[in-house]
Amino acid sequence: MKLVETGNHVAAWGARLARVEVVSAYPITPQTQVIEEISRFIDEGEMECEYIPVESEHSAMAALIASAAMGVRSFSATSAHGLAYMHELLHWAAGIRLPMVMVNVNRALGPGWNIWCDHQDTLSARDTGWIQLHCASHQEILDTVIQAYRISEDPEVNLPVMVCYDAIFLSHNYMQVEIPDQEAVDRFLPPFRSLWRLDLEHPLTHGSVIYPDDYEEVRYSMFQGLENARGVIRAAAEEYREKVGGYHGGLVDAYRMEDAEHALVAMGSAASEARVAVDMLREAGRRFGLVRVRSYRPFPVEEMVELLSPLRTALVLDRSISFGMEGPLFSEVKASVYGRGEVAVYDIVTGLGGRDITYEFIAENATAAADGRLEPRTAWPSVRINEHHLVSKRGLEGLWGRRAAR
Amino acid sequence: MRLRDFPEEELFLQGSAACHGCPGSAAIRVAFKALGRNTVLAVIASCTSVFQSPFPVSALGLPTLNMAFATGGATASGLSAAADRLVAKGVLEEKPTILVWAGDGGTYDIGIQALSGAAERNTDFIYVCYNNEAYSNTGTQRSGATPYAAWTTNTTRGKEEWRKDVAQIMVAHGIPYVATASLAYPTDMFRKFARAKEIKGTRYIEIQAPCPPGWKFPSSHTVKVARLAVQTGMWMLYEHENGRTAYTAGTQRIIQGQSKLLPVEEYLQAQGRFRHLFHPQRDEERIGEIQRRISHVFETLQFTHKMKEHIMDIELAPPH
Ligand code: SF4
Repeated sequence: MKLVETGNHVAAWGARLARVEVVSAYPITPQTQVIEEISRFIDEGEMECEYIPVESEHSAMAALIASAAMGVRSFSATSAHGLAYMHELLHWAAGIRLPMVMVNVNRALGPGWNIWCDHQDTLSARDTGWIQLHCASHQEILDTVIQAYRISEDPEVNLPVMVCYDAIFLSHNYMQVEIPDQEAVDRFLPPFRSLWRLDLEHPLTHGSVIYPDDYEEVRYSMFQGLENARGVIRAAAEEYREKVGGYHGGLVDAYRMEDAEHALVAMGSAASEARVAVDMLREAGRRFGLVRVRSYRPFPVEEMVELLSPLRTALVLDRSISFGMEGPLFSEVKASVYGRGEVAVYDIVTGLGGRDITYEFIAENATAAADGRLEPRTAWPSVRINEHHLVSKRGLEGLWGRRAAR
Repeated sequence: MRLRDFPEEELFLQGSAACHGCPGSAAIRVAFKALGRNTVLAVIASCTSVFQSPFPVSALGLPTLNMAFATGGATASGLSAAADRLVAKGVLEEKPTILVWAGDGGTYDIGIQALSGAAERNTDFIYVCYNNEAYSNTGTQRSGATPYAAWTTNTTRGKEEWRKDVAQIMVAHGIPYVATASLAYPTDMFRKFARAKEIKGTRYIEIQAPCPPGWKFPSSHTVKVARLAVQTGMWMLYEHENGRTAYTAGTQRIIQGQSKLLPVEEYLQAQGRFRHLFHPQRDEERIGEIQRRISHVFETLQFTHKMKEHIMDIELAPPH
């Protein structure tokens, strides 16, 4: 069945096809339509599911952990401030080793209030032990939600998965998607399984105090779970192609990389724009390719080495910033290829708070990187401080003043 | 129900790491006996998280999920919704009782949002607050449940505010069952848990839990202090169902005039946390203020009770 739908409604379809049985969520723009659509599915008898309209995101994640612990497939959706508010429990969900899936609509964090896209929210949740998959199209959102359960519930992994997609660009715009048959999805996705649950026959205490003698082992097992996830994500994508149909790459999605000399590295909807930039640059006779990161955690280290280390340059597009350092995607890419080959890695931070990233802009910066015209540090080519940005302006001028004085 | 009729099966196992005379562990033992095996437990960060004993052993004989501080009500919502699904699918024959066990910090302060949310949704579970009137697990700091004038490590001259009354806040939520309990009246407590088990929807039980190290009294005095709290009116026993409040056990006896309301001093002097009200000199003002508040409540209740009896007498009197 074909539908023309918003990314949010498509995510709801993913949860429905995965036969999710408990949904716990709190509304936040731009995620709201996900839970509205699920609540409609339930009201109209299309989904056999309990929906818990909790009073906060902190509670949404607590309820989700509890229902997964009871042994039921569970789903939530959030965005930006909601994800930040859940942060404590993101650690809890992963640390107690439970499979579950949550959609996060990537949105900028305040202040000032901004409901548009960037990746600061999910990248700030990088080290919680969640698997993080980033989508670039509506079809990929749907297929990834279903694959996410397969990955999350794999006994080698048994960790929660966050499916991320860009606010407005993907959450609110309409695109055509192919809704797969329920039977095909059922063949791909077995009924819920988890390594443990709250069992009345065999009562165990989960999550109690753990001394230094055992704590490190818990963390090591989480680390291994994420390592194992590399193979499981690739296998899930392959198996999905075979049993359901549709493929968006494994940990990465490589485009025109076979004979490339230079690469663009991006995540989310900006990668679709980067694809156009690659075509444009190719037409101009420049050998560019694109590596789109689908899995931010686990990070595709092997793929980066294989695809990037033979190249001359790579330009990373960061839609977030690690203050006091550089773009976080840039750090990961550099760390992956460190000591492997001669590739020079460049970085631009752009598209924050929903600022448009055009293919012309990408192409321009890609050429600058390829020709060695960019600083080998994080650049902010789309920043334009003007008279309205009083605080920034004074701060920057003050800084320049001190520099001049030295 | 008499003490000797309590079920013999122990679901709170031997070897917990609770302090000697710990009220929380005594209360959990009674609760488990009243609720039985078909119960799923969520422990919210509190002394219980510690005294259940560290991994890999446990003193809790029920399937237990330890959860973060602010999550009691929400955790119950997840457990309850999932249990409903498991019953609908036939995986479980009967829905287990969902029991949340939290302290007063996790209830009065950081967890009240989740508790209120769950109560507003009338989530099907029993919420227990074992109220030791401070953050005992972190070394006795003030909580929203700490009474006026009590010493804690961050109210060293005595707390200046009066405690809030979460049981009454729960009554205001309109949930099906609210009860208060005391360790000194275990049969009353048992009966309240057994009653709560029969009801569907959100049920709230709050147990006053005198904590020997935090309140500074000998560990053999837990029950004595708990009894004094009721006898002096510092803690009241009641249950609220169908819009009606019924006072029970020791509190009922005082209201009906069968026993006397003891002076609050007897309770205050039994504990080190109120020592500064008596040494180096008596703090007439603060002691008097506490007594006035209690006396006012009991005088009102006793008067209402008498009026009711009086009105009843008129109604029941045979016509001349
Ligand atoms: S500090 Fe008090 S409540 Fe906590 S374990 Fe010790 S006696 Fe029990």
